[in-house]
Amino acid sequence: MSRERAIEPQSIQIGLRVLTALVLAFLYVPLFIIILYAFNPARSQSWPLPGLSTRWFVATWNNADVRTALLTSLKAGLGATTIALILGSLAAFAVHRFRFFGREAVSFVLILPLALPGIVTGMALNSTINLGGELIGLSFSLWTIIIGHATFCVVVVYNNVIARLRRTATSLVEASYDLGADGLQTFRYVILPNIATALMAGGLLAFALSFDEIIVTNFTSGSEITLPKWIFNNLRLPNQRPVVNVVASVLLLVSLIPVYIAQRLTQESGGLVSAGRGAIPAAIEDAGEQAAAP
Amino acid sequence: MAQRLMRPGERLTAPPPSAVRRLRHRIGVFLHQVPAARLALLLGPVLLWMIVIYLGSLALLFLTSFWRQDPVTGAIVQDWGLTNYQFLVGESVYRIIAIRTVGIAVAVTVTDIALAIPIAYYAARIASPRVRTLLLLSMVLPLWSSYLVRVYAWRTILSGDGVLNWSLHQLHLGSVNLGFSRWSLWIVFSYLWLPYVTLPVYAALERIPNSLIEASTDLGARWITTFRRVILPIALPGIIAGSIFAFSLTIGDYIAPDLVGDTEFIGNVIYQNVGIQNDIPFAAAYAIVPALVMAVYLLIARQLKAFEAL
Repeated sequence: MSRERAIEPQSIQIGLRVLTALVLAFLYVPLFIIILYAFNPARSQSWPLPGLSTRWFVATWNNADVRTALLTSLKAGLGATTIALILGSLAAFAVHRFRFFGREAVSFVLILPLALPGIVTGMALNSTINLGGELIGLSFSLWTIIIGHATFCVVVVYNNVIARLRRTATSLVEASYDLGADGLQTFRYVILPNIATALMAGGLLAFALSFDEIIVTNFTSGSEITLPKWIFNNLRLPNQRPVVNVVASVLLLVSLIPVYIAQRLTQESGGLVSAGRGAIPAAIEDAGEQAAAP
Repeated sequence: MAQRLMRPGERLTAPPPSAVRRLRHRIGVFLHQVPAARLALLLGPVLLWMIVIYLGSLALLFLTSFWRQDPVTGAIVQDWGLTNYQFLVGESVYRIIAIRTVGIAVAVTVTDIALAIPIAYYAARIASPRVRTLLLLSMVLPLWSSYLVRVYAWRTILSGDGVLNWSLHQLHLGSVNLGFSRWSLWIVFSYLWLPYVTLPVYAALERIPNSLIEASTDLGARWITTFRRVILPIALPGIIAGSIFAFSLTIGDYIAPDLVGDTEFIGNVIYQNVGIQNDIPFAAAYAIVPALVMAVYLLIARQLKAFEAL
């Protein structure tokens, strides 16, 4: 969007710039502070820090509970991401290729677990697991965590894949069929390479979402401890504070990195950001289509 | 040379297809001829998942809210009745908590809209493309990452001997006891959900054609008039779309009130009833309250065409 002249008066432009800088500081200063705290040599949380040290990183690595929680979080994240990748991309193909009754409702139903308050989703799943326990012996476990996470991760993959499909020319698929490839070959050699980075981005975002989720997880995990749950249970214990600080910083970085990579992956192909937990890119694609239509 | 050339068509005789290949071909043909089968194959799994697990759970939540807990054994008794709801309406404490939750959610939503519009406007209409990309990236990163860590960071900052009071002391402004009050809750929630509001507002502003704004200016409107009469009305659906998340995430939270607040939210009551008292039917009944509030909010949002901007 290049513009010959700005209609905004100079004063407004400067004011907006200052406000933007302040808001950015508001967003990022707390993150830097918590990372600094991971290097706090003292047990006390008082500011300013007496110095910097990596001693608590070693202590954290040797903490058996933290390791178990990390492993649980990784398993839950991988499980939920796998399910979300399969269900989300299938749904994206269906909505992209077919016109059917209730087509518009699909994305609404998929976004619902993220749009409804977390406590409602958590409580609903909790009631189901409880009743399932009575009826078929279902119990709170890693699997119930995975099922809960997958439910709200599907929309992330769905949005990324459908945005990519909308950009992919259908002539490519037709050409593949014309040249004699069957459906599986077309998928393997034409569609998959086209959506690979979108799948990757969706998967990374789904993983990041699952990896630090706590609101719903508290209702679906029973006695299983994930990393965020471990922080939540331990942050009030003065003795554990240094370890909590380290775990918090690691959790922050581990979830920032996949998001950053996902961002790069979707940007290269010209699409904006997987914003709004995935709700917005599809909307932007829609807007693009409407604008392009005569 | 000439006789070594293959006759036309010779290379096209392929070896007889293997059994696997034939089966694949047959399935392919079937799927090609029956589009409904293709659709069912693609859509079936996700529909099954969302209907059975998610919508089914929501329905069950509603049913559970009419059951009751046996006070002696603690087991859920499937007796139908309005006991939980009578209790909710009768005890003023639950009404107060619900009103407080919604009240703070409204305050947070309004704050986030007020903060989001300038930054989104700057990103969409003033910043250079490079700065715009950076701004969007810096909005997206916190959106996806470490909700709990961000609350914990504020807990550290706001605590009595934390960064905030130290900074105020350095500036000779005395100290405040912001930590663990409604004010701190308001700040932290506004902080947490700001990116959710900013991105849809940005998307809405970015879509406004320049010609509209130039026309308004050419017709003699000052910037503030153009903003109020042209830009804001067009961006409204985007603003409402962003507000859905800020509002919904606030009324559904119980972690932040626990860690940086001094009051209970609907979520805290539910969490305690599930974790400690184990009164699932009562918790389910109380969870219907935010669900209903949200349903009303979504209906209003749809009236204002916000879903098209989501």
